Parts: sequence; structure tokens; C-alpha cells
Amino acid sequence: MLADAARGFLDQAAPVAHLRGLRDAGQTQDRALWSEMAAMGWAGVLVPEDAGGSDMGHAAACALAGEMGRTLVTSPFLSTAVIAATALRQVSDARAAQSLARIARGEVTYALAIDEGAKFDPEATQMQARAEGNGFRLTGEKRFVVDGANADRLLVLARTDGGLTLFEIPADRDGITREAQAMIDSRDAARITLADVIATGEDVLGQVDDAMTVLAPALRAGQAALAAEMAGLAAGAFGMTVEYLKERKQFGVPIGAFQALQHRAAHLWCECEVTASAVLNAGRMLDEDPANAAMAVSLAKARATDTAQRAVQEGVQMHGGIGMTDAFDMGFYMKRARVAAEWLGDYGYHANIVAQARGF
Amino acid sequence: MPEEDKALAAFRDELRSWLEANCPADMRDGRNDEASICWGGKNWTFASEAQRTWLQRCVSKGYTVPTWPIEYGGAGLSRDQEKVFHQEMRRLNARYPLQSFGIWMLGPALLHFGTHEQKLHYLPPIARGEIRWCQGYSEPGAGSDLANVQSRAEDKGDHWLVNGQKIWTSYADQADWIFALLRTDREAPKHKGISFILLDMTSPGVTTRPIKLISGASPFCETFFDNVEVPREQVVGEVNRGWDVAKYLLTHEREMISAAGGTMGSGRALGAVLAESGSTDTILRADAMRAEVDGLAVALTLERYKDQAEAGQGAGDASAMLKYMGTELNKRRLELVMAAGGSDALVWEDGRAPNWLRTKANSIEGGTSEVMLSIISKRVLGLPG
Ligand SMILES: Cc1cc2nc3c(=O)[nH]c(=O)nc-3n(C[C@H](O)[C@H](O)[C@H](O)COP(=O)(O)OP(=O)(O)OC[C@H]3O[C@@H](n4cnc5c(N)ncnc54)[C@H](O)[C@@H]3O)c2cc1C
Repeated sequence: MLADAARGFLDQAAPVAHLRGLRDAGQTQDRALWSEMAAMGWAGVLVPEDAGGSDMGHAAACALAGEMGRTLVTSPFLSTAVIAATALRQVSDARAAQSLARIARGEVTYALAIDEGAKFDPEATQMQARAEGNGFRLTGEKRFVVDGANADRLLVLARTDGGLTLFEIPADRDGITREAQAMIDSRDAARITLADVIATGEDVLGQVDDAMTVLAPALRAGQAALAAEMAGLAAGAFGMTVEYLKERKQFGVPIGAFQALQHRAAHLWCECEVTASAVLNAGRMLDEDPANAAMAVSLAKARATDTAQRAVQEGVQMHGGIGMTDAFDMGFYMKRARVAAEWLGDYGYHANIVAQARGF
Repeated sequence: MPEEDKALAAFRDELRSWLEANCPADMRDGRNDEASICWGGKNWTFASEAQRTWLQRCVSKGYTVPTWPIEYGGAGLSRDQEKVFHQEMRRLNARYPLQSFGIWMLGPALLHFGTHEQKLHYLPPIARGEIRWCQGYSEPGAGSDLANVQSRAEDKGDHWLVNGQKIWTSYADQADWIFALLRTDREAPKHKGISFILLDMTSPGVTTRPIKLISGASPFCETFFDNVEVPREQVVGEVNRGWDVAKYLLTHEREMISAAGGTMGSGRALGAVLAESGSTDTILRADAMRAEVDGLAVALTLERYKDQAEAGQGAGDASAMLKYMGTELNKRRLELVMAAGGSDALVWEDGRAPNWLRTKANSIEGGTSEVMLSIISKRVLGLPG
């Protein structure tokens, strides 16, 4: 139901041509589109009803992300409506409630600033948050901050005396420099430098030295939704490919008549089905048993990463020359799949979590 | 040491000192990316003085096309000498002085099918990097089904009148000449009515329109022929037997694409790429180890087939195997390079992504992997169908 409605809306409002249009105009966001999504309750999908949200849960958030993946929609959905909302929900104070309400109304967007190296590894965070008086001074550099150039606020992970602490600060605070990166998927990611940025105790989300109580659920929610997006992406690329197999003729017949391609397409469909199960399971686990959802989430992200890569590689190959052209959409799928593969943990990162959970 | 080995050792000594004395320092970085390649041609602007000098010096020795006969601009090297040549070039990490479709594709076809006059006329300018060629094979309706080309050349007595469209013509907008497959008999079965014709790209009626690739670059084009007049003698091989020339040329193209696989992209060993990334990911490491094992074995296979071939001849149908294995491997390698690079490699300016995206075409250009497997099943294994 939700997915069908979303598909209907997105096919009109944000087909791949929308992303292409933004790219060609040198832009990475469409605030008007986000307002429309907010009006449909998508921005508040994980915001409690008493804060004005639609509180539909993680399975619903994944369903929406899946539809967005299908047409490569550019929006702050994952960073804001999934990751930031889930983090804020772990904190029960009035400020968090206010922030959640603003998210639901589509008034504020967030970006999660964790990575400092080329790979996702929150525990390796080096950025210093030096205690000073009642507050902190943050110094260091964050890379691959997805949605970071456009976001209004940042969730910044930094090292404090006794561990890691998560800060929630406005993106334009003194001492913050944001450098938008020209990303291969034409989406927003930034390099963000913090130089002696002042944060008060109020800016700490959750407890000092204990980022993970707040951050871990937010990461899992984001990883599950990203897995759903990638599964949607795979389905989108696959759909295009199947259509092409029916259309394109060589040797006097549609190329889909060649068994070599039929079997590859059939195999890809099998892969997509198996991945869909892992993605659905992750959303369900986050709703029903969040404390034990880690393995389910990593299973979904690992599978979706693998399936999306396969779908785009097969997609380009089965299109032949036209698949290599910018005028055709398949390249957008390929580039997005590559970026999504790295975000919030790559295949190896998540397979490792699964393996550990399975007693390897 | 037998006489033969002594002669080879002498050749090596002489070559080594020549290379030491003549290869400019800036040409000793082994680079083989688009920005470093010297393609030559009338429109060529040298990227550096060193690039120009290196080309000129190699031309004077025939080293741009070391195995071609001396009279056509080569150095007339034997297969053993050629091996030594490549070893010594690698030892110095020297760049290729010149690369071109003329060297890889048209040259071998002309050496095999051309008349003596054609060879004398067309080969030396290729060897000297003066004329740059492009390949006019594919059409919108003739990709894998290449024999379905519809662009045609009508016999007008002293000349051919050419009309039609080619697509995916790499570098057509920069090339001086094109070798094209054109239909010269519309009644004959499709393989038997095609001729292999050489055209000057500056002839009236030839236009090109660049097509942008997913990497953002535009190295290929649509090429249009609108009543282009082509002198009669510019046919290679027999009229209506162009398919034979086309196929022969493709076996050389396929070997070239396969060989390029080892160096394309980063040109660096995966081990170094991984070490630099500092990755401890066991899956990435295992995948890279497999790719390394496969890569070494594929490289040996390429050498083995070259050794078996008669001097100047290709690997024939087995070139399909070399191309299939080489390009599929190259795609894997660049996937691993990207994975090792993590988020750093996702930014355009980093430079790894365009190489990675470019490799996706390796298993399409020059005949797709699927077509290679069909050739192997039918022509090598003799399977029915
Ligand atoms: C970067 C690049 C550079 C190129 N440069 C040149 C150039 O300089 N000159 C030139 O002439 N051409 C060039 N080409 C074109 C290239 O040779 C063709 O793209 C290629 O032959 C495939 O043809 P196609 O694109 O029409 O794909 P199609 O033939 O339509 O193939 C689409 C898909 O169907 C598959 N398929 C087709 N038939 C069969 C079958 N019987 N069994 C199983 N699968 C099948 C193919 O393998 C492919 O996966 C270039 C292509 C690229 C990508």
C-alpha cells in the first residue's frame, strides 16, 4: 500500500530524469520535493505521533527507501528521517521532541558525520572534543559526510576523555568549514573540518562518553534503510534490463531470446528475491526486537550491496554500447550502487558482523 | 651459449643502452592512462616536449611498431626480439611511444590483406604517428550482429558513393581516417556483401557527433556518411570479401584489448593497492589474491599464444578466449581498486572512478563477452547451433 502510493508519486515527481536534471544544473538537493515528501508523512515516518510524526516504523521506512532507490531519488530521507530521527528518539527530553517535530514538518535536515578514513569505522574516530569549562572544543576532519553540504544540522561523533560522544550542532556554527565533494553519484557528500568548534553540554545527544546508546540504533536504522534503497536500486536496474532484453533486436530476434541472457536475467531475479527477504527481515526486526536486530541489519546491507553491484554490472553488460553512455540511465544506477556500497559499512564490514554473530 | 642466444643477448645489450640513452626521464613512469597516451595524428598536440622527443626517437628506430617490416616503418624484430624489447621497455618503466588503432588493428590487417602499394602508402604514416585511424564497424542495428551493417558503398565506376551511419566510433572526432565496413552488395547473403573500405575523414559528407560516456568523457561518436565519394582503390582485400578482413582485424583488436587489461586503470599490482589502503578486510584480501593469481595466469596465456602464433599473425579464434578472460579479469581488478579506495575513490577528482567505469566497456567493445563465448563454443569446441 505505502510502497504503491510512493511509487506512484515518485514515478511522477522524481524519476531518474530528476536526478539527471539536478546534476546538469550543478545541484544536489531539491528542497521543494522534500517538502512534498514531508507533507505525505515521509519525513516523520519514524517520529512519534505526539511530536507530529506518522510513526509508521522501520519496515515502512524501508519500504519508502526501497521505492526511492528504484528511481534514484535524491532526498535527505535517510540522513534526516531515518538516522537523525532514530538518534533523537533515543533521548527523551523536550529538546529532542522539538527537533523530531521539526524533522516531521520537513523544516530541518541532518547529516551524520562519522567517517575520518576511507572506510566506515566509528570506533576509529579520532576527532577530539576537548573538555573546556562546561563544554567542549571540537577539532578534526570528517569525510564522506553524506548530505553534509546541504544539511542544516550535523550529528558529529568525537572522542572525549572516557570514550565517544555524539554532538548535535548546527552546520553553520563558528569554526565549521564544509567542502562539497563532486561525487560520482551526483549526490551530496562533504568534507567537513571543525576547528575549535565550541559545543555545550546541551549539544551532547545522550550521555558524554556514551555515543553508542544513541548512535547504534540510528546506524542500524540507516543501514537497514540503505539496504532497502539498494535493493530498490537493483530492482530498478533489473527492470530496465529486462525491458531492454525484450526490445533490442540482434540477429533478427530480441536479445532476450538468447538463452545465455535469459539465464543470467533469471539468476539476477533469484538474487533480488533472496535479498528482498533479508531487507524485509531487517525492517521487521528493527520494529519488533530492536535489541537483537544487528545481525539482520548487516545481513540485509551485505546482501543488498552484493545484489545491487551485480544488477548494475549485468545491466550495463546486457545493454551493450548504449549502457556505457551518459544519455542512458544505467550509468546513474552503477555509480549510485558504488557509493551506497561504501556508505555506513561495505560488504566486508557487514559480512564480518554476520560471521561473528554466527560464531565464526 | 649457442649462436642464436648470443645474437639475442647482443640485441638486448644494444637495445638497453639505446633505451637508457634515448628514453626521456619523464617517459619512464610507465603511465598508460588517457592523459599520458600519445595517439598521434594530424590533430595531435603533444602533452610535453618529452612525449614528442620520445616518439621521434622511436620512429627513427622503428620502435613504434617493432615487429613490422623495416620498409613499412617497423624494426623487423623477430618474436624473440620482440619479447626482449618489451622486457627492456618494462625494465625502464618506459611508456609506449605511440598507441593507435592503426598500430593495433588496421596495420595487421593491411600486412595480411593489403597490396604492396597499400602497405607502402598507409603503414609508414601509422608507424610515424602521422595519421590517426578510427574504426567504423558498429551501427545502431549492427552491434553483436556485425554482419548486419547497412551503411553502403555504391559502385560508381571510378569511385564509391558512401551513405549511412556508424555508432560508437571511438575518437572519430579526432581521427584523420576511418576503416569502415560497408555493404557493397545488397542481394548477397549478409556476410558476403560487405567490403572493407578506407576513408579520409575530411572528405565532404563525413560528420561526427560525440557521445558522452558514463565516466563523463566523450571519446566516442556517431559518424555519418552523406554522399561521400571514395576513390576506388581504397578497398582492402577483395570487394564483397570485407568480412574476412574484418574478422582478421578483430582477432588482433581482441588480443590488444586483452593485453591492455594488465596495465589499464591504475596499472599497479593489486598487492600494492591493498597495502596502501591499509585494509584488513579479509574478504577484500581474498578476492584480490584470487584476482592476482588469475591475472598472472592470464598474462602467461597471452604470452603462450603469442609464442605459438606465426610472426605477425594473431591467435585466431583463441583471441576470443584471451579477450574474454582478460577483460572480465580487468573489470574485477578495478572493482577491487575501488573497494580498496573506499570513500576516497568516490570523488571524481580522485581519478580512480573514471578508470573503473571505463573497464565496463572492455567486455563490450571489440565484441562482447557473450559473443566471445559463442565463438569459443561454436568455432573452438564445435558445439552445434
Ligand atoms: C567504449 C566503447 C568503444 C567502442 N568503440 C568502437 C569503435 O571504435 N568502433 C566500432 O565500430 N565500435 C565500437 N564500439 C562498439 C562495440 O563494438 C559494440 O558496442 C559491441 O559490439 C556490442 O554491440 P551493441 O552495443 O550493439 O550491443 P548488442 O549487440 O545490442 O548487445 C546487447 C547485449 O546482448 C548480448 N547479445 C547479443 N547477441 C547475443 C547472442 N547471440 N547471444 C548472447 N548474447 C547476445 C550482448 O552480448 C550484449 O550483452 C565501442 C563500444 C564501446 C562500449
